[in-house]
Amino acid sequence: MAFANPNITAYAVEATEFPDLARRYRVTGVPKTVIDETVEILGGLPQDMFVDQALQNVAGGGPT
Amino acid sequence: MPCRAWQLAPSPEPRHNLAMALLSTADQDKLRESFGEMTSNVRVLFFTQTLGCETCLHTRQILDEFPALSDKIAIEEVNFVLEKERAAQYGIDRVPALALVAENGNGETTDSRIRFLGAPSGYEFISLVQAVLLVGGRSPSLTDENRQKLAAVTKPMTMQVFTTPT
Repeated sequence: MAFANPNITAYAVEATEFPDLARRYRVTGVPKTVIDETVEILGGLPQDMFVDQALQNVAGGGPT
Repeated sequence: MPCRAWQLAPSPEPRHNLAMALLSTADQDKLRESFGEMTSNVRVLFFTQTLGCETCLHTRQILDEFPALSDKIAIEEVNFVLEKERAAQYGIDRVPALALVAENGNGETTDSRIRFLGAPSGYEFISLVQAVLLVGGRSPSLTDENRQKLAAVTKPMTMQVFTTPT
């Protein structure tokens, strides 16, 4: 997704190596995706669902 | 020259033998084949520091595998302590960290905005390989429909995907 849109930056974070981040974002299971500190996506999702959830707070995006 | 993993190892074997021990010959062959389809060069910026970073050496060992598997992949070590500005430029605030950039024939780079925080071992290694292939020109798995949806993102967005090695 970062590759598709220059406004998006994606971090793959190794949770056990950075317990401070894991705590801050309440990571209790993986994979867990946190977007702009607000949107949380737990587990792996099919691509369509993942994109919809990731865009839920974006004007013009989200579920249609 | 920074401290390299192989220099610390007790084994007297030459470096390439030790580095290659991380991947089986079969895996090396598979990776070499995948990387062979890359159409553009990829530079992996490796942000690291010598002291106080438990997994930086392991990351170095993993990254040492790549250049031998493809002449389109280059690893550039960036000293996190001395090159703070560069780290800030790429949004890196801890190590070990990787930033993937595409490089054209003229040596000009384009930031892919794909980052890895922590040693890329286990599943993360596979993710790193996939990311290198993507930046290296492989067609994205993202559908056209989803790509169009993503165009709605007109302000900076940060995605953090938390994983564990196993």
